[in-house]
Amino acid sequence: MDHPIKRDHQRFRNIVKGKIRDNLRKYVSNGEMPLPKGDGSYKIPMPSIETPRFKFGDQSQGGTGQGDGQQGDPVDGQEGEGQPGQGEAGEGEGNKELEVELSLEELASILGEELELPNIEPKGKKTMQSTTDKYSSIGTVGPDSLKHFKRSYKEALKRQVAMGNYDPSNPIIIPIKSDMRFRSSTQKVEFENSAVVIYMMDVSGSMGDEQKEIVRTESFWINLWLKSQYKDIEIRYIIHDATAKEVDENTFFRTRESGGTLISSAFKLCREIIQADYNPAEWNIYPFHFSDGDNWSTDDTKLCLDILENDILPASNVFCYGQVESRYGSGQFYKDLVGHYKEDHDKVILSKIKNKEAILDSIKDFLGRGK
Amino acid sequence: MTTRTAPITGELLRLKEEIHQYALDYGLDFYPVVFEVCDYDTINILAAQGGFPSRYPHWRFGMEYDQLSKSYAYGLQKIYEMVINTDPCYAYLLKANHMVDQKIVMAHVYGHADFFKNNMWFKSTDRAMMDVMANHGTKVRRYMERYGQDKVEEFIDRVLSLENLLDINVLFETPEVQRSRQSKEAQFKEQFFHDDDDDDRSSHLKSFMRSKLFNPVTKEEKPELDDAPVVKPKPSYISPRDIMMYLIEHAPLKEWQADILGILREEAYYFLPQRMTKIMNEGWASYWHSTIMTKNALKSSEIIEFSDKHAGVMAMSRKQINPYKIGIEMMRDVEYRWDTGKFGKEYNECTDMHARENWNTGAGLGREKIFEVRRSHNDVTFIDEYFTPEFCERMQLFTYKYNARTGRFEIDTRDFEAIKAKLLMSLTNFGQPVIEVESGNFANRGELHLVHQHQGVDLDMGYASDTLRNIQAIWSRPVNLTTIQEGKEVTFVHDGKEMKPLK
Repeated sequence: MDHPIKRDHQRFRNIVKGKIRDNLRKYVSNGEMPLPKGDGSYKIPMPSIETPRFKFGDQSQGGTGQGDGQQGDPVDGQEGEGQPGQGEAGEGEGNKELEVELSLEELASILGEELELPNIEPKGKKTMQSTTDKYSSIGTVGPDSLKHFKRSYKEALKRQVAMGNYDPSNPIIIPIKSDMRFRSSTQKVEFENSAVVIYMMDVSGSMGDEQKEIVRTESFWINLWLKSQYKDIEIRYIIHDATAKEVDENTFFRTRESGGTLISSAFKLCREIIQADYNPAEWNIYPFHFSDGDNWSTDDTKLCLDILENDILPASNVFCYGQVESRYGSGQFYKDLVGHYKEDHDKVILSKIKNKEAILDSIKDFLGRGK
Repeated sequence: MTTRTAPITGELLRLKEEIHQYALDYGLDFYPVVFEVCDYDTINILAAQGGFPSRYPHWRFGMEYDQLSKSYAYGLQKIYEMVINTDPCYAYLLKANHMVDQKIVMAHVYGHADFFKNNMWFKSTDRAMMDVMANHGTKVRRYMERYGQDKVEEFIDRVLSLENLLDINVLFETPEVQRSRQSKEAQFKEQFFHDDDDDDRSSHLKSFMRSKLFNPVTKEEKPELDDAPVVKPKPSYISPRDIMMYLIEHAPLKEWQADILGILREEAYYFLPQRMTKIMNEGWASYWHSTIMTKNALKSSEIIEFSDKHAGVMAMSRKQINPYKIGIEMMRDVEYRWDTGKFGKEYNECTDMHARENWNTGAGLGREKIFEVRRSHNDVTFIDEYFTPEFCERMQLFTYKYNARTGRFEIDTRDFEAIKAKLLMSLTNFGQPVIEVESGNFANRGELHLVHQHQGVDLDMGYASDTLRNIQAIWSRPVNLTTIQEGKEVTFVHDGKEMKPLK
């Protein structure tokens, strides 16, 4: 039997996820979703529940520290690292945020674990060819860095024994060029599932920097997860206001256009991209659309729904629509989509992203179905 | 648990015997120490449960475990050792430690074990806590089966809200106080109790039963608030700061609730001495691991590794003081001062800086003095008594505060008095606000009245409000709190829905 603390642990996890004990919800802090900081380190989310107690207020009261410095010097530097080493348990309170260096794969697995994301079941044949080099044999030529010392030594030994100049009492082996052996590679062809993500973002005047930041963070995580699921993945970016155009990643996140919004323009371009480059029978296609929900006219919305229904949906694994809340957006498009597809449609996933904190929930909405 | 930890054998056992002998030779005095080895997961579990293999079921242990496991998995933190205050004293070693680590840990553990046994604040702790904790677990589990996990857990959550409202003096009742308290208790029992026939119940449970008899409100269905009988003020032998006990005695609790309150109170008081002696306890243990290692146990090949580990433990931080470092340095400082005779009237009145610095009467009382210190002090009195300007300067201590203009924490001062005051302030009442029960019949309405003994720092009213809500749920009538906010005395009342200022 496992230790009973695993049950406590499970219970804690369930409380944090809001499944049980709803009355504790306000004391739960989820720990921030790790954001890429550019230096390869990420914050690990450490959810915790704080029991309310009488305690001293006023964070500015400061404390006592040790070290160099003059009056007025900042005390910062690294904080929250705690003391390494020994200690009795349970008495320390303090900053529970952890900053560590992680590879993207590790990060993806944390994400999957935190959100309990299911692995994606790809559709279609494995058509994407990928070749990998496997160092599984030995050759007589190659660069020094691939030299196989043991084999080279054995060759030299064999040669010296055969030539009779091996002296067991003074076993000096001198390899010559023809003794050298090198690891050599053979190419292997593997077939992979192929996937493409098509991001569409509304960059009309109503989408501010904050909204774009949300989209940026969210697509970072979605990419991360899909990359961990598909070996090769293509990503295409479309921005649109009243007209749509395909852009590179950099532009996608930085541009601020202005003007009206015709969502259908983006859907049309998306349709063209799919038809031109991605055969739905071979590709797993993930169109994502982010906007604040404003569209120019109901006619255009109708056109959007048509394109979605007839062209995009049949081709895609799922169609995801994320609506970022903005001061100007009416949020009408979400309502239109709900009106048409209901909230639990098989292939249309809708999610509202109220603020930065809601990103996690929204990612779970999108990826939680394992499609 | 039996499969998770294993007794030490072979080389470790030999090491243990060696270090045990050194410890005895230095005059350390401890209950038998049982060392066991375990893997990292087990030590995380033990640490999450405050060192005990079995606790009551509660998510808080799961949370601790979650955080410890993550810290370990990402290589940020590693627990080398756990030691608990019991007789025999159990200590857990991490299987993966290097031999040098194990040596340090063992020597360190003997220091803790000696402190647990001899420091007077630990005198009243229950050394059979391992069994007591396990029993508490069984009881709580049984209540959960009977009344539902959510319900019992919710009650525990509420009680945990007041887990820090303890009276340190309860730990240190003199025999007379104890006797007079017991006789008052006995009088009480005679007045209200005539049933001594149910001896099969644990005395523990029995003492909490009283609360039920005091308050006839505790029938199954809750009466309307208007009908609730006014709680009469009773002559109280309970310390006004021992709020958990006050609630056990006076709040309208069901039997299981009173029992759980008692359980949590007992555990809180068990851990209290450790919270009050963090600096001393770690300082003492570090002093001994350092002494035993450098003077006896260390092989010359291990010096670098030892120094590295020791330095890691002693690392200073600019944002908070490291109790290990301050503790060990103060112990050494006291030893040095008493060895050289730098104490007493003559030394204190000497104004010649040069003479002071070179003062040496050859008194040689250092070792004896620190044994005395470890017996009779807690962190507050330790700092108050032995924290000197010279020491403060040598340790490069400073206080810092938040500068709203620059938006960062900045060094405030290196003034000795200010630093000492700040240190003492953060240690007083183990760093928690002092809250006292003023009355159980506030304004003759059966409301609870708590008073915050303001000592310079205001309460965080957001937390206070939620805490009051939890107390209110236990007390079942409105709860009032008098405190000082921005220099003005204010009283708040929480009626279970919201907190508002009392007009």
